[in-house]
Amino acid sequence: MELVPLLLKILYAAIMLVVVLTIAGYSVLIERKVSAYQHGRIGPNRTTTPFIRPIPVIGPLLTRLGIIQLPADGLKFLFKEDFTPPYVNRPFFWAAPLIAFVPSLAVIAVIPFGQYTSPLTGEMIPLVLAPMDLGVIFVLAIGSLSVYGVVLAGWGSNSKYSFLGGIRSSAQMISYELSLGLSIFPVFLWMNAPGSDAGLSLSSVVEAQNTMWFLITCPLSAFLFLVGIFAETNRLPFDMAESETDLVGGFHTEYSSFKFGLFFVGEYGAMAVGSALFVLLFLGGWNFLPFLANPWPAGWIGSVLSVLWFLVKVVGMITFFVLIRWTLPRYRFDQVMKLGWTVLLPLAIANLIVNAAAVAIHDLW
Amino acid sequence: MAETKEISVGDMGARAGELAERRAEANDGAGEEMGLNVGPSHPTTHGVLRLLMQLDGDTVTKCEPVIGYLHRGDEKIAENMTYNQFVPYTDRLDYLSPLANNVTYAMAVEQLAGLEVPPRCEAIRLIISELARISSHLLGMGVYGMDAGAWTAFMYTFTEREKLYTLFEELTGARFTTSYTRIGGVARDIPEGWLDRVSAFLDQFLPILEETQRLLTRNRIFLDRTEGVGVITKEDALAYGLTGANLRACGVDFDLRKDRPYLGYDRVDFDVPIGTRGDCYDRYLVRVEELRQSVRILRQVIADFPDGPWYAEDAKEIFAPRKDKIVTSMEELIQNFMLVTEGPRMPAGEVYFEAENPKGALGFFVVSKGGGVPYRLKIRGPSFSSLSVLPKIVPGHMLTDITVILGSLDFVLGECDR
Repeated sequence: MELVPLLLKILYAAIMLVVVLTIAGYSVLIERKVSAYQHGRIGPNRTTTPFIRPIPVIGPLLTRLGIIQLPADGLKFLFKEDFTPPYVNRPFFWAAPLIAFVPSLAVIAVIPFGQYTSPLTGEMIPLVLAPMDLGVIFVLAIGSLSVYGVVLAGWGSNSKYSFLGGIRSSAQMISYELSLGLSIFPVFLWMNAPGSDAGLSLSSVVEAQNTMWFLITCPLSAFLFLVGIFAETNRLPFDMAESETDLVGGFHTEYSSFKFGLFFVGEYGAMAVGSALFVLLFLGGWNFLPFLANPWPAGWIGSVLSVLWFLVKVVGMITFFVLIRWTLPRYRFDQVMKLGWTVLLPLAIANLIVNAAAVAIHDLW
Repeated sequence: MAETKEISVGDMGARAGELAERRAEANDGAGEEMGLNVGPSHPTTHGVLRLLMQLDGDTVTKCEPVIGYLHRGDEKIAENMTYNQFVPYTDRLDYLSPLANNVTYAMAVEQLAGLEVPPRCEAIRLIISELARISSHLLGMGVYGMDAGAWTAFMYTFTEREKLYTLFEELTGARFTTSYTRIGGVARDIPEGWLDRVSAFLDQFLPILEETQRLLTRNRIFLDRTEGVGVITKEDALAYGLTGANLRACGVDFDLRKDRPYLGYDRVDFDVPIGTRGDCYDRYLVRVEELRQSVRILRQVIADFPDGPWYAEDAKEIFAPRKDKIVTSMEELIQNFMLVTEGPRMPAGEVYFEAENPKGALGFFVVSKGGGVPYRLKIRGPSFSSLSVLPKIVPGHMLTDITVILGSLDFVLGECDR
């Protein structure tokens, strides 16, 4: 490989990393502001820095919106004492946050986030870091690795609360992996129905939803996938891993400082990636609206617009995650498992069979 | 010279390992059950309750509550001070409804003295008792929701409690530890316009209560978490001495406000909600309905609020005279001096009085040998009985159910440990 394209790739990857981490970080702010709105509170509105406050209009506005809360929270993690309890299994204890954190970021490599339409040829190029043909398989495979971080954290902490949290969460994540994987098969069945050959890449899913979203054609798949994402990202009502009222902090009970910060960011990163996946698979990606042609003009302006539109949808999904979290109580562990195995999995299988039959019948006509 | 041993954190790991080995040997390598210590500092324990549990997987096989982390010796303290001086200590029993504790204590001592308080004083006491019930049940309901994972309900109820605290502050000068009653009366009359503000609070409170309970009452997940969980049978409830909402949720129709009316509860019209199954969900429903009934009671009392003195005027040896009389009249000055130095002059005798407090029947057993100091004062805390039922109902439930069961029992450690 030549040097310049390689360096460019690294640069793109770095930019992408920064952007995704920022989104993950600011989804914390979304969480805090939306929950405050739901509770009738104000949320973070005081944190500011000496250089930003004096700016006439923008300074107070940024402070009121809590924009500076994020760096303050992040720095707080850095400045806290990084305490490793003496009874932990050190290698596992140190590796676990990384293992939980890295997969959710690795997944972003194959996630397309916009399109570039060449003004000359009219050819559409998806904007993605690594245009992989097996995008979906990659996401499912790598994304499910983060369960190892949780298991290792629970086991390596050598604490009963962490242990219970790790066990619960690994059982839950493995169970919901099944229905999650099965729920997206129908989408690809329809895309690759006889006569069309779209492949398994995520950008082709978006192309296939040019004027019709899969949310409308495969609503059950969308629902199952959504529930699966909630469970995989350990969000309420499925936050067995943390369940702070009985397990204190679940698998990260013994963690402090930036190691806890990694879990924290990893969780929100997973939420952001999950939202992006849902948008790509069921909400049409960066396509404008169902039944309408894309208004994006050719050239760079169009691609910037498509990226922005995609981000708007992702932020909307993140807000939805937050709204659900602050509305519902938490399931009990055995209820989560029962729901996963006796309701969602049969539904996912039935959904797959019905859709496969429909594809076949559609082909015969 | 005494030998000192340095204990470092590092030892803990070693000791834990040793202990585990010893236990494994004792278990003959079976290792099926895991001991888990919850508390005394743990998010689910609502204070400083400690639970020693045996877990089989995620199922609790044994649960032993350990109490006493908040023991202050209140009963012994009471023997060393005059009757009025003990009022602030009653605030700290059930610190979520101090006003109701004040009232119950004052009424117990007044019964000992054979003292009748005027109607206006009774009405004030009834109002503050019911407001305390609303405040306490609101917290119980909100924290219960939070234990099940629903934070928003907690925030809603807490906002309402803040409004109530503002009313308390206006009345007593303190938001939390109110110390409002005196033997033979209350600390001061109600401020002007206070009743209107209570009415205004009640008017805006009911819609918010309905909104909050809609978050939980028909919520599928909340139902799954609470229905059939922590069932207490009628017999158990009576055997363990449960009182208040916990008892009524088990289907026992017993409410001191109805069955042994005091403070003029027999003159107001209200219903006592009764549960049928005695599970966590019934306890929640009973509390929500009691909130509505409290509003009903308050409206009736406010509509028919009596005039007249707000303290027992003729009880010169018990209730301190007014300030303007102290500075103008010799007799009143002496009376005040005697009250402050020696305490109220009580007849010898003993009395047990209990009242329907938010957490259950709070009882005071006062033994007097005459003079201004009780010879013995025994407190019956309802939370103590509520907690004693834990070893009976918890085994067989999952670890996550513990939070819901504890939340549904709605106890306060300040009253349990005393």
